[in-house]
Amino acid sequence: MSKVIETSELKKDVSVDRRGALRLLGLGAVAATAGTLAPMRASATPESAGLLMDKLSGSKSYKSGKVTLKTPAIAENGATVPVSVSVDSPMTDANYVKSIHLAADQNPRPEVASFHFTPASGKAKVSTRLRLSKSQNIIAVAVMNDGSVYKASNLVKVTIGGCGG
Amino acid sequence: MAKKPRVKVPSSAKKGDVIEIKTLIPHKMETGQRKGKDGKPIPRFIINKVEVTFNGKSVITADLHPAIAANPYFSFHARVTESGTFNFTWTDDKGGKVTTSKKINVS
Repeated sequence: MSKVIETSELKKDVSVDRRGALRLLGLGAVAATAGTLAPMRASATPESAGLLMDKLSGSKSYKSGKVTLKTPAIAENGATVPVSVSVDSPMTDANYVKSIHLAADQNPRPEVASFHFTPASGKAKVSTRLRLSKSQNIIAVAVMNDGSVYKASNLVKVTIGGCGG
Repeated sequence: MAKKPRVKVPSSAKKGDVIEIKTLIPHKMETGQRKGKDGKPIPRFIINKVEVTFNGKSVITADLHPAIAANPYFSFHARVTESGTFNFTWTDDKGGKVTTSKKINVS
């Protein structure tokens, strides 16, 4: 009796009947949830950091130059990494830097900080300290008042990560 | 949030000068990524906004994310054309605010 059922089960496995179809659907559902969960658990990627920058700056074409990003080549402690960004601009009412956005492409989240300037800022320069979970690129994007966008990025090597732990 | 922020502003400057301002506020900037001893995630609690105004006009505003290190430090600049007061405001995730102000004499 049991043997007969086994063989019929084997046969059913080969052909896609109702049970097989359901099983396939189940597998599909598992794969789909794994697919949606994975990006949440994983860290930022160069792609997600790039998308974030496109969103923040409202642009997809970046010019090089103007932005000077100062970072240490090797950060011994990722919990506090000094970073300085300056943008070449006269900071007058007619020509000034509207904002500087910072992102990191391997941290748990790509966002780091956004700074919004006015002509009263006098100089488009800001220094702060970041957390970096591992070696990664720091990206700085400057948005000018005329809408043009400049970008710079630096690789920082981190020997001890600054997130978690 | 009772801890006092530290702010450095020159006491005097010449008209039209660009001065450097440094700020630091003690705050642990909990990222929300860490787990406590009970294995539960520690909720995110950071300062998410810093605003600086001079005589009521915005000088710089910063939106912060957990990737900013504990005890957030910033240095930035301002062009001063008249004597007045810088006002500094830090806002945290729970809506708490810390404010301080510094006067400058411009001749």
